[in-house]
Amino acid sequence: MSEYGGFHEGERPMARYIRHACAFCTLLLAALLVNAARVQVVQSGLYDDNPANRRATIARYGQPRGDILVGDEPVTGSVDTGEQLRYERAYKNGPLYAPVTGFASQSYGTTFLEHAGDGVLSGTDPALSPLPVWNDVTRGPVPAGNVVTTLHRGAQEAAYRALAGRKGAVAAIEPATGRILALVSSPSYDPGELSGNGEAVTSAWARLNHDPEKPMLNRAVRQTYPPGSTFKVVTAAAALDAGVATDLDARTDSPDPYRLPGTTTRLTNEADDCRDASLRSAFEWSCNTVFAKLGVDVGVKGMVATAGAFGFNDAGLRIPFSVAPSTFDAHVDKAQLALSSIGQYNTRATPLQMAMVASAVASGGQLRSPYLVDRTTRHSGETVAGSGTHPVRQVMKPSTAARLKELMADVVREGTGTQAAIPGALVGGKTGTAQHGVGNAGVPYAWFVSWAQTENSLEPQVAVAVVVEDASADRGEISGGGDAAPIARDVMRAVLGR
Amino acid sequence: MTKAGTTVAAAPTPAPAVRLPRRRGIELALILLAVLLSVYGYCAVGLARTGTVPPGAAGYGAGLAVLALCAHLAVRIRAPYADPLFLPIGVLLNGLGLVLIYRLDRETPADQAAPAQLVWSTLGVGLFIAVVLVLRDHRVLQRYSYVCVVAALGLLALPILFPAVNGARIWIRIAGFSIQPGEFAKVLLAVFFAAYLAANRSALAYTGRRLWRLQFPTGRVLGPIVTIWLLSVGVLVLERDLGTSLLFFGLFVVLLYVATGRTGWIAVGLLLAVLGAVAVGRLEPHVNQRIEDWLHPFATIEAGQGPNQLSQSLFAFAAGGVFGTGLGLGHSILIGFATKSDFILATAGEELGLAGLAAVILLYALLVERGYRAGRALREPFGRLLAVGLASILALQVFVIAGGVTGLIPLTGMAMPFLAQGGSSVVTNWAIVALLIRVSDSARSQYDGREAL
Repeated sequence: MSEYGGFHEGERPMARYIRHACAFCTLLLAALLVNAARVQVVQSGLYDDNPANRRATIARYGQPRGDILVGDEPVTGSVDTGEQLRYERAYKNGPLYAPVTGFASQSYGTTFLEHAGDGVLSGTDPALSPLPVWNDVTRGPVPAGNVVTTLHRGAQEAAYRALAGRKGAVAAIEPATGRILALVSSPSYDPGELSGNGEAVTSAWARLNHDPEKPMLNRAVRQTYPPGSTFKVVTAAAALDAGVATDLDARTDSPDPYRLPGTTTRLTNEADDCRDASLRSAFEWSCNTVFAKLGVDVGVKGMVATAGAFGFNDAGLRIPFSVAPSTFDAHVDKAQLALSSIGQYNTRATPLQMAMVASAVASGGQLRSPYLVDRTTRHSGETVAGSGTHPVRQVMKPSTAARLKELMADVVREGTGTQAAIPGALVGGKTGTAQHGVGNAGVPYAWFVSWAQTENSLEPQVAVAVVVEDASADRGEISGGGDAAPIARDVMRAVLGR
Repeated sequence: MTKAGTTVAAAPTPAPAVRLPRRRGIELALILLAVLLSVYGYCAVGLARTGTVPPGAAGYGAGLAVLALCAHLAVRIRAPYADPLFLPIGVLLNGLGLVLIYRLDRETPADQAAPAQLVWSTLGVGLFIAVVLVLRDHRVLQRYSYVCVVAALGLLALPILFPAVNGARIWIRIAGFSIQPGEFAKVLLAVFFAAYLAANRSALAYTGRRLWRLQFPTGRVLGPIVTIWLLSVGVLVLERDLGTSLLFFGLFVVLLYVATGRTGWIAVGLLLAVLGAVAVGRLEPHVNQRIEDWLHPFATIEAGQGPNQLSQSLFAFAAGGVFGTGLGLGHSILIGFATKSDFILATAGEELGLAGLAAVILLYALLVERGYRAGRALREPFGRLLAVGLASILALQVFVIAGGVTGLIPLTGMAMPFLAQGGSSVVTNWAIVALLIRVSDSARSQYDGREAL
């Protein structure tokens, strides 16, 4: 070809080289398109899901968060901050409902109902969209839905007021359904302090986490306590069901003090007249010796079975957030079993668990799994999901439940729990004082579990458990009856409307 | 092609029997379409952000329309045979750029860039009109090639006297305005390269050793390319401007190849480019960092320092998907610094999606292809090389910056032609379009129905 040798100006086919150069430039631009398709389509999911990509977060806070309702009234709200993360959670009466709502923080995530109901509350639950396919096409945000709780406003307020800032917790259940009517933990905190993402939120988080009073601890469902004498309800149920005790008024064969089997330790009572006391008077005056021996007589297997039926050792309870499992140790010798049976040793229970115990007694031995969400709704109000099915479990024979009701009613009428009495209502209860700490040196926990029904109603409308951690230092049954019982009474009155 | 060569070589050609259609009506219609699309984008931003049509929509549309019509009139008067696609594409890209900058201004109330950009666009169109009206024949530029190169070097050297901004010495700040002289230097250098190569292409095409299938030039003629290479490396080292350096060198290699047809030049060019890149990459931490970021865009995330600009840019593109979030509804502002300038394409990618991005890239491709076509249609080498050079500047620039922000190549600071915020860039691009119009007018008015060599 001539172009490789000598040539004249104009002979070289420059047009060809121009075409090559043009093809090269086209290739560069085509590479851009291919790469853009890679980033925008092929690998877009990878980039979208990168935790450092704030778009998901921005979208999440781009619309008002759905509300959590008590009755018909929202106890939450949303504040338009105008910032990049636009809507912040607000709480009406935050400390009162904190154990139920938890917090929804732009910095620290979500807890409790805010967490369990997050799909609905943030609007990402596919069930919220009436026309899911259409929504996928338009990519418009779905308005967030609401979560309606089962809480009883009056009961919740009464419990919080009655605790009056003392360390403790209250759980109340409707026995016939399992609806949770009150769930209070004290001292509490305002979850609204954690909603945003600024410096104030960081310092509030640090302050709340380092507070020795642990205000963010949900004592009603996430803290277990030795249930003390309130556990005698379970032991009595096991004994009656197993036929170890048959007649409430027959004298039992119980020494006082009771030497724990295989040891030289002697168990004593706070009350007098516990030697060979009948089940009725032993329950009324909370005789440790009688119930420790009953537990041993029932045996490990029977005790574990009954406690398990009440909900102990169940790590799977969701209301819909998880509840710390209450425990009854299955690997014990007889001495340990004796202590376990009076709510000591390794026996531990959440306040909600003890409310379940009272609830099972109150509803003829049937235990309904407790739940906190009545229904979830769309923004417009239609129901998305109901409360779901809640299993019913026969914890004990109906006859056993009837006799336990009798025993518990006696406690309130003339025993250690007289402070829980409500005029015009039938109330049953059981006090408890749980010792704890090294050598039982800690200030004992005061317990009260109870149920109540108006005279004309067929079965109790409410079952309550109260625990007060720092009850008056005056030891004994008095603290259970004196500190915890009035709180339970206030809650029951609120539910009964008296 | 080669058959026709003998006849074409017998220039000057006689007056062509059949004249090409002027197509000014098509140009006008396309300009109106471009203006309407821009106004639509402007309204879409307002509707998405506040639910109302922005109050300035009519004024913005009228302003853009008046500018475009003035430019159109200038073309009608002085370059009636020019390719009808250059001007509408310029108007559409510039209009879209203004929309994107206006949209990003919504996120930064304290920093409104769109008004200034509109002023610069006006200046750019003004320069366009001036060039079209004053420059009657592009060949005049050939006479001033050495003036051009001296001016270009002067402009390139100027920022060295000013303090570095964001790690690069490419700006000069006068009375609140920042000017990037390197942008103007591009056009001047293209003129100089075209003139130099048109004059010396025979000598440069003289082959020396032949190695495998490549014809290598002799040592004697390596002088110019080494000089340009040194110039590029100088720009890189002194101004820390990887993008401009790459652009100059790429431009020169493309023109050298077109002028001589020697693949050996490309081999030499690539070799020198690799040598320069490796050496500078080793020595300059600024450049080295860019390469590290390109290889590991998420390194800062993994190190717990949060996403860097490149990963934010990739997030923006990914968020756009195929159809985009819609104008005004994306979050490309997360990129932070330089969102309106170097990273403007990320906003287009997020809010217009792959579909919109493809449209934008196709517009550039069309602009480039039309430039090359004008070059092919011309007869004399200077005009051809000038057209090829100007089109290549656009193509290389788009590739370097768009490839950078999408993670295809290491990121280098450079303005997306017409789209990005930056006065110097938009004025320069209008000058490039004006020269392409001038060249294509010559090409098409001389057209005699035969393809040139």
